Amino acid sequence: MIGLAAGTTAMYHAMTQMALADTSTFKGPINLSAPPAGASVLVLGAGIAGMVAAMELRDAGYKVQVLEYNGRPGGRNWSLYGGDTYTELGGATQKVQFDAGQYINPGPWRLPYHHQGILHYVNRLGVALEPFTQVNYNAYVHSTTAFDGKPQRYRTVQADFYGQVAELMSKTTKQGALDQDVTKEDRAILISALKEWGALDANDKYATGLEAGERRGFASDPGGGLNSVAIAGKRIEMGDLLKSGLWSAIGAGLAYDMQSTIFQPKGGMGQVGKAFGKALEPLIQYNCKVIDIKQGDKGVTATYIDSRTGGAPKTASADWCVCTIPASVLSQIPMNVGGPMEAAINQIPYMAALKVGLQMKRRFWEQDEHIYGGVTYTNQPNTMIGYPQWDFFSKGKGVLLGSYCFGTPAYIAAAKSPEERIKDALAYGANIHPQYKDEFECGVAVAWHRVPWTLGCAGFWTEEARAKHYDNLCAVDGRIVLAGEHASRIPAWQEGAVTSALDAIERLHKKAMSA
Amino acid sequence: MKSTIRVAAAAILLTTTAAMADTAGPAPKPDAHGPNISGFFSPFPFQGGEAIYKGVCQGCHMADAKGAVGAGMYPALAKNENLETAAYPVGIVLKGQKAMPFFALQLNDQQIADVVNYVRTHFGNKYKDKVKPEDVKALR
Amino acid sequence: MTDQPIAPSRRSLLSMIGGVAGSAAMYHAMTEMGYADESTFKGPVKLSPPPAGTSVLILGAGVAGMVAAMELRDAGYKVQVLEYNGRPGGRNWTLYGGDTYTELGGFTQKVGFDPGQYINPGPWRLPYHHQGILHYVNRLGVALEPFTQVNFNAYVHSTNAYGGKPQRYRQVQADFHGHVAELLAKTTKQGALDQSVSKQDREMLMVALQNWGALNGNYEYGKSIETSLRRGFDVDPGGGLNSMPVPSEPRAMSDVVQSGLWAAIGASCNYEMQSAIFQPKGGMGMIGKAFGAALGPLIQYNAKVIEIKQDEKGVTATYIDSRTGGEKRTASADWCVCTIPASILTQIPMNVAAPMKNAINQLSYSAALKVGLQFKRRFWEQDDHIYGGITYTNQPNGTISYPMWDYFSKGKGVVLGAYTFGQAAYLAAAKSPEDRIQDALEYGSKIHPQYRQEFDAGVAVAWHRVPWTLGCAGAWTEPARAVHYDNLCALDGRIVLAGEHASRIPAWQEGAVTSSIDAITRLHQRVMSA
Repeated sequence: MIGLAAGTTAMYHAMTQMALADTSTFKGPINLSAPPAGASVLVLGAGIAGMVAAMELRDAGYKVQVLEYNGRPGGRNWSLYGGDTYTELGGATQKVQFDAGQYINPGPWRLPYHHQGILHYVNRLGVALEPFTQVNYNAYVHSTTAFDGKPQRYRTVQADFYGQVAELMSKTTKQGALDQDVTKEDRAILISALKEWGALDANDKYATGLEAGERRGFASDPGGGLNSVAIAGKRIEMGDLLKSGLWSAIGAGLAYDMQSTIFQPKGGMGQVGKAFGKALEPLIQYNCKVIDIKQGDKGVTATYIDSRTGGAPKTASADWCVCTIPASVLSQIPMNVGGPMEAAINQIPYMAALKVGLQMKRRFWEQDEHIYGGVTYTNQPNTMIGYPQWDFFSKGKGVLLGSYCFGTPAYIAAAKSPEERIKDALAYGANIHPQYKDEFECGVAVAWHRVPWTLGCAGFWTEEARAKHYDNLCAVDGRIVLAGEHASRIPAWQEGAVTSALDAIERLHKKAMSA
Repeated sequence: MKSTIRVAAAAILLTTTAAMADTAGPAPKPDAHGPNISGFFSPFPFQGGEAIYKGVCQGCHMADAKGAVGAGMYPALAKNENLETAAYPVGIVLKGQKAMPFFALQLNDQQIADVVNYVRTHFGNKYKDKVKPEDVKALR
Repeated sequence: MTDQPIAPSRRSLLSMIGGVAGSAAMYHAMTEMGYADESTFKGPVKLSPPPAGTSVLILGAGVAGMVAAMELRDAGYKVQVLEYNGRPGGRNWTLYGGDTYTELGGFTQKVGFDPGQYINPGPWRLPYHHQGILHYVNRLGVALEPFTQVNFNAYVHSTNAYGGKPQRYRQVQADFHGHVAELLAKTTKQGALDQSVSKQDREMLMVALQNWGALNGNYEYGKSIETSLRRGFDVDPGGGLNSMPVPSEPRAMSDVVQSGLWAAIGASCNYEMQSAIFQPKGGMGMIGKAFGAALGPLIQYNAKVIEIKQDEKGVTATYIDSRTGGEKRTASADWCVCTIPASILTQIPMNVAAPMKNAINQLSYSAALKVGLQFKRRFWEQDDHIYGGITYTNQPNGTISYPMWDYFSKGKGVVLGAYTFGQAAYLAAAKSPEDRIQDALEYGSKIHPQYRQEFDAGVAVAWHRVPWTLGCAGAWTEPARAVHYDNLCALDGRIVLAGEHASRIPAWQEGAVTSSIDAITRLHQRVMSA
């Protein structure tokens, strides 16, 4: 048992009664009983789901073998470092020119506090974490169609929206608009709450003054000694704010998955995949392209070729199979499962996503603009600019996430060459940071529909499709069970891969035990 | 696909910046498993078959329409006999197939007709019959 | 003991720590957005070489004194610093395991923390816009790491709300936002804004409220997946079969309003609490140590100043050994930068004119309390999934702050178990350190029942008992600032004062830095024109 002594279990029960218990679907380390002697499992894919399955099944006593298409562990858990080479479908090869220590995470980059499953494995593997800042009040919100394209600081947008919502609410409450719905006592408290929350002045106005400055910042901050009086800025009027659409960025940090605290592995998300790979070392066979999966009464056999050289097909067999190959690829591999699972696999489209990393000669966003980590949002196709959340205040170089987009702009980017994607990211970014032009050094661009082993970023479920197909995708078919983010309700997150894998092997194990 | 589609994906994604996006298209409502995404379904800004192919389709099917092979593959559209019946590619563009996403929300009838006509008359395909926007509309 | 507010209101917080920006506000249209730097710190100070042999005596080796010493030394002045304590830093101070601290009244605490564990009894945060202190931190090569102010999974707690059960911050915030959005949407639809807001703006407002408040298609805030994506679920979505999320039930509007817990939301939006914030790795005291190392022999420690005299030729400070007393010694220089807190300075004979004297004499010092509690394991992480950040409570301990380093460590951790100002801090100062710790444990266990079983060691610093400050920071009122502030800062003969008390950023190190730079800039001008 990891971590929990007997006394703390009792404590946990006490806490449950206090309603402090946690809501994660991950219920602590999985405990599988010893399997029948010699029972074996073939795991297809050494991404997070596959490696969680392999590790837990191995620990339970199964004979485990993993086949992986790439020459490295991790799958979409992946960091690109200086010196790395990446060849996408279509043949464009990028040699990453970043300096030592600089990187981007083309895939997942965040570990929210409530993703207890992946956090469990990260900690079990000893991968060091550091905080990830989603909301930076000093980062920008930008629209080409608002404020003449001048970026606004997040703090001013949020403070002015809250302040004017509070002012309107306070005013209508006083005018009697809530008299029917809210008791007199509650109305009085509401008015003081609005004053506090919205930074309203003594007259319940969100005035351009120092009250508001304590939220939105100042034109000139208060200082020390003489001539140090703070100078208030001017609020953005509600009409302009609403028209700008910039208010929509306020939601960014409020969403469950974006709430602080969030973490990232030190040195890149790929450290998780690497650590998993090391822990499983001899079990994973790399560079294996699976071309056929067959099950019979006795077991499962996968046929594979060398993913680099092709050559003669080889086979790997086991009693059972955990298949974590993305549905985008799996739908093209002959596999004798029943109609329901096959139909489920065949109906999951894979989403478009783009990430562009840009190495800059100096960290001008820190030095000139005092933005330390966090994200700037824009209505341009690059969608956002993520600032590096490590080596803060370093005098050296830094890598920006210059583009992170989905859907339409990501499709368009996939149709372009890596060089053009980088050029686009630079053009959009320069509208926010004019320093781009002087400071840019080198870049790398990953469009997920060009990634050879996934053909897209993640499975795209609609509610209708889920209602019809999801359970069929997840149910054990004979000796085969599927796992991965696509077989979860936390799509595109590593937590989905982990919880899916745990659920899958638990059910597979039950079947193995009753077989 | 109706505008009421609920995007059950996108957990990696950003936020509700739909109001910031240059989108004229139907904005799907944020859903259970992830917030809405800026520009996710905004219309493709290309007109004419060639521009649409080069701006969108070649992302997967490649500039020469010969597709590509990795762990899985993108099928070649060049010299592809499945294009013989025009309704077939129209249906796939509208509704997707297997891993290929649907484009009903991002391409209008004219754009889909144009790009299908382009592919059916290029890359070694020589199908004479033209798809009209009305044909696309009928298949939606 | 009376309850305090959940989180101090902006007004009460400002009055507790001394009033922030002052009253003489200038209203200024920010016509240009650009990248203008709002900070009062305008980059490294550049002083021309002074006349050969010019000397400055600096009183106090806190942040203000050491900034002055470093810049004046670099400009070419002969500098000497007298410091009461046996270490540099002043209120920039970290207590580590093994440290000993004796407060006024004689209580001595030997800090029982493990190696690597600490608390910062004084300042603990470096906001991104405090560019002055950040400049020196980076110049000195002190490593920084992020500080988390707002943790959505931390608690907001009131003994008077929800049966005393702590609520997650995310729930409190989502419910407040949601109900405000719903109410405003409703009154908007009913026409309450028809006179004041244009039709087009009203329509956009409805969209914005729906989006921001997580309202449904009918502009209602209720139990749904959408609202749970803000406030959290009863059961999160998962993987594989049986993985359906179970939405949580929002609190009713009346409960939300009456709970008072909403006060914590506003507190987290304050300029000084906004992300990004940093802290030095290994404790805030690393800055003071680095300053001290950089100034080396210039600082004379254990020097208690008992008199300051100036004449036409220079300034002389008389001092004794702060530990042993003994015979009086003197230190003289052409000029003097005095950073001794006004609470102490008011008691030291010094021949300055009435305006400065009055300014010094009218400044009272605020009360503050910090209690550090070492626990055997990091139960707030392991059981509650709280990684850093702050829990707010209406109990006298005010807040519980979780350590923002060594996340996920399997070892021990030190929680800041109390951080209060005002009445609660006065009451704590009147108790023994042991009683302060016992109180913090009592209050904290209402929120974390694990406290009693896991408690290991504690230390409590009540700032009115701190021998070298007699309080936490200068407590300015707006009327006092109007009358006295400029007189406090203006040069008097050969003496200029500096420190957080001589700034409009009271109780923050940024106030000490910007005050010091302003003071030496004016002093230098005087030197050059003398």
